[in-house]
Amino acid sequence: MRWKYVVPLVVFLGLVVLFAVGFRLNPREIPSPLIGKPAPHFTLPRFVEPSATVTPAVWAGQPYLLNVWATWCVSCRQEHPMLMRLKQEGVRIIGFNYKEIRGDAGLDARKLSPEAEAQLAWQRIGAWLKTGGDPYADLVVDLTGRAAIDYGVYGTPETFFIDAKGVIRYKHIGPITPEVWQDQLRAKWLALQEGS
Amino acid sequence: MLAEWGQVLLAQAIAVAALQVFFGLAGAQRGRVAWMVTARRAALAQGAVLATAFAVLIALFLRSDFSVALVAQNSSTLTPWFYQVTAAWGNHEGSMLMWAVALAGWSAAVAWRSQALTEAMRARVVGVLGLVSFGFLLFLTLTSNPFSRLVPAPEQGRDLNPLLQDPGMIIHPPLLYMGYVGTAVTFAFAIAALLSGRMDAAWSRWARPWALTAWLFLTLGIMVGSWWAYYELGWGGWWFWDPVENASFIPWLVMTAFIHSIIVTEKRGAFRAWTVLLAIAAFSLSLLGTFLVRSGVITSVHAFASDPSRGLFILGLLAVTVGVSLALFAWRAPMLAGGGAFGWFSREATLLVNNVLMSAAALAVLLGTVYPLLMDALGLGKLSVGEPYFVAVFVPLMTPAVFFMAISPFLRWKQDDWRRLSKRLVLDFVVTASAALALLAAADHVTLRAWLGLWLTLWVTWGSARLLWERLQNRAEGQSISERLSRIPGSWWGMWLAHLGVGVFIMGATLLGAFEARLDVKMAPGQVAELASYRFRFQGVEEKPGPNYTAMRGTIVVTTADGKPVAVLHPEKRNYHFSAMPMTEAAIDTTWRRDIYVSLGDPVNENEWVVMLFYKPMVLFLWLGPLLMAVGGAVAALDRRYRRQRAHLAVPAGAVGVRV
Amino acid sequence: MRRCVQALLAVLRRYAAGRFRVDATLGWLLIAIAFSAVAPSWAAAPAAEQRAQPLHDPELERRALALGHRLRCVVCQNQSIAESNAELAHDLMNQVRAMLQAGKSEQEIVDFLVARYGEFVLFEPPFDARTLLLWVGPFALAALGLFGLWSGLRRRQQQSGVGATLDEAAKAQADALLAGDSPSKTETRVAKESS
Repeated sequence: MRWKYVVPLVVFLGLVVLFAVGFRLNPREIPSPLIGKPAPHFTLPRFVEPSATVTPAVWAGQPYLLNVWATWCVSCRQEHPMLMRLKQEGVRIIGFNYKEIRGDAGLDARKLSPEAEAQLAWQRIGAWLKTGGDPYADLVVDLTGRAAIDYGVYGTPETFFIDAKGVIRYKHIGPITPEVWQDQLRAKWLALQEGS
Repeated sequence: MLAEWGQVLLAQAIAVAALQVFFGLAGAQRGRVAWMVTARRAALAQGAVLATAFAVLIALFLRSDFSVALVAQNSSTLTPWFYQVTAAWGNHEGSMLMWAVALAGWSAAVAWRSQALTEAMRARVVGVLGLVSFGFLLFLTLTSNPFSRLVPAPEQGRDLNPLLQDPGMIIHPPLLYMGYVGTAVTFAFAIAALLSGRMDAAWSRWARPWALTAWLFLTLGIMVGSWWAYYELGWGGWWFWDPVENASFIPWLVMTAFIHSIIVTEKRGAFRAWTVLLAIAAFSLSLLGTFLVRSGVITSVHAFASDPSRGLFILGLLAVTVGVSLALFAWRAPMLAGGGAFGWFSREATLLVNNVLMSAAALAVLLGTVYPLLMDALGLGKLSVGEPYFVAVFVPLMTPAVFFMAISPFLRWKQDDWRRLSKRLVLDFVVTASAALALLAAADHVTLRAWLGLWLTLWVTWGSARLLWERLQNRAEGQSISERLSRIPGSWWGMWLAHLGVGVFIMGATLLGAFEARLDVKMAPGQVAELASYRFRFQGVEEKPGPNYTAMRGTIVVTTADGKPVAVLHPEKRNYHFSAMPMTEAAIDTTWRRDIYVSLGDPVNENEWVVMLFYKPMVLFLWLGPLLMAVGGAVAALDRRYRRQRAHLAVPAGAVGVRV
Repeated sequence: MRRCVQALLAVLRRYAAGRFRVDATLGWLLIAIAFSAVAPSWAAAPAAEQRAQPLHDPELERRALALGHRLRCVVCQNQSIAESNAELAHDLMNQVRAMLQAGKSEQEIVDFLVARYGEFVLFEPPFDARTLLLWVGPFALAALGLFGLWSGLRRRQQQSGVGATLDEAAKAQADALLAGDSPSKTETRVAKESS
């Protein structure tokens, strides 16, 4: 019957091992349930052509990255040069501007009419692309953030890896840095291209 | 220079702790009285040194010495002086120093006030406490030094986190730490018992007042924390099953089990290994809670600046301390088997049944807290565990525990006769259960949860009333009531008050849950909203400057439905100068029956605001219940019999070495 | 002895002195790191615009809040979307309100959010193979503990005979309790009775 006195020790050591492993993980990173599913549908205005709307169907046929960003997002600013580099390397990036005005804590969107909101958003995005360059093959603008909910967006920047058939294969949370691209994301992108 | 003195004091404390460990443990092992006395003196010295270090830290805050990083990050010249003081522990480093101070204080108290123990037992306890202190002080100086300098020193500090600029925060951490650290004392007693192989009725009597004191501090600490969350966070909740809350609740449950199982150990010498295991578990879980909170492995609303190196250090400390203790347990506990027998229907058995239920409840809270982490570690995905889980598991486990709690004191020790009590218990059950149902039906709110809660309330309070009545009846004829009352020992009163406190608490939680009402509403000045037969007239919002913030101060006039004035409430939305986050200050009107709780949301436009109105019945009982429990703990800890025991057991100074 | 202590103290002081220099150079960096570690956690309550839009129908609003309490705000530190002041929480809360208003059931709304944000949003974890320990563990421990207690008591009673010092009625009761034991065993128990 002495074995039963050892049980607490064994249980505890097991817990310590799990904690040591869990310790390396980031509790704030949530995997997307959308992986392996078709990219959710939306109808959003194009940046270049505010009066016209597009759906994800128009990008099908070739893989692309759907990059969720906003000008008020600090990490997006860090990420931007990397996106420019990726464009040079031939990566097709579709921009998804997320709550350009309403998401900006420094602005009071309540005072704006919808028209003024859109006008201001286009102004800010335009200025951003002018100074930092335009890495996007196409860019849509989600002022309300409603379409972003369908993508399970919970922060910026986030980047979805979508294959030629329009299926989400991976989601990267946080900025794409040269290191992350080299270590993890490049391989995923190449896999997307091979699949097409 | 002052900060450097703080450093020196910490270094001294480490050295003294090392002495305390060595002379305490080696002295007890070899039976050297002089060594053992040295260990006790070291414990006293450590208490003095760390108290001084803490005073130094507070002085640095009061001087606004921003060349000290901690002061620069957590205080400012505009911070009111009392919050400058509390800022000393309103952060990771300072609170860890407070932890160490509390531990040293407990050690010094054991070294100073425990004449009843044999010198060897005392030395062992002090030695083990020194070991804990040593590890903790290393953690403090290596990963969380509160006295680190900041060069160049900024002109102005960042101010204390606004959430912590609050009276509740002044007393909550010290109380909780006293409780956490108090578990270290029972832990030390348990380890000393394992080391010496001596664990008799005397051991239980020594350990019990310490355990009760630790438990009452935990109770108070948790209660004040809950109270603080209730009025400060602005959503009117009082318990969120948040990891940080759970981290304090798990040791509380285990300590509650411990202070009951130790009774069985004292009476029957039985289940001693179990009692020791509970003592080890309570302390381990306190440490584990610290790890969870400080390492950032689990997300919680209480965001302490987390730092991986700290987490790793605490995990290491945890692994070593608990691993060694449990190994010691595995090796020595078989010696503690034995003890007297008792029947199923006895007070001992019900105490132990409750022990099992408490432990299972503690496991439920622990699992709910760490499960997301475990799943993630095993690569099984991310999930959340929140209130629905805890309620679903906790309630079924605690319901029978509370049920037995009210029966147990009626039972005889060793063996009772079911027939002696059966008729009455069944009758009581029927009466209380149907009374609860009738009350709820009268209030037109019959749900299973409300019924269960109300029944348990009646069951416990009725049981308490009857228990007191019977106790008075049983006394010899001819004694006056006051004579009879004064003859009841402190430990009995403690039990009675604490059990009554459980009933009072359940009543508060049940009625609040069943009858609270909330309304989020957009209001323009002059508009009226109605909730729970009160009328709320919104008078608008004006700007009002504070010492280190600017507030938007709303005015809401509360009247009854027929227009009688009730209160004028001023909820605030504060913008602290040094932090970007807006703070919600709820306004509360309290009577014994209900709180009216109003908090300001956000402006909708120039004119309208979102206002959150709450009607919260019986909130006061949520705090009154734990308060009764804590008073009960204090009364029991001060029981005269423990003191008489001391006089009886006191060892002549010359004979100390012989007893080892 | 005393020299020992002094030497130890000197070492510790030197160590501490070394730290000051490290801190001097790393001071700002550490603050920056510490603050960046705190900042996102406090970002739970930023000033934002698209705020709560309570429904006019009180019953619907009550249902929305009740549901919101069971859903986790993914960007916050363990708050529900009904409690949190974070912007995404408000967006999701308004989404819940809109769907309720459109006549969707609670389950449909939960499914909607789980499909997008994963099971992480559920404060009540689903019952499946992975969560078996979570849901069953505490009850299993209770059952195991009660069984252990029961067998422990039995063993004790067999070893020492609980009825020996009790009055006749209680003894009978104890015997009834131990029914099934052979009489000879009972005698041994009595014989072994200790204080």
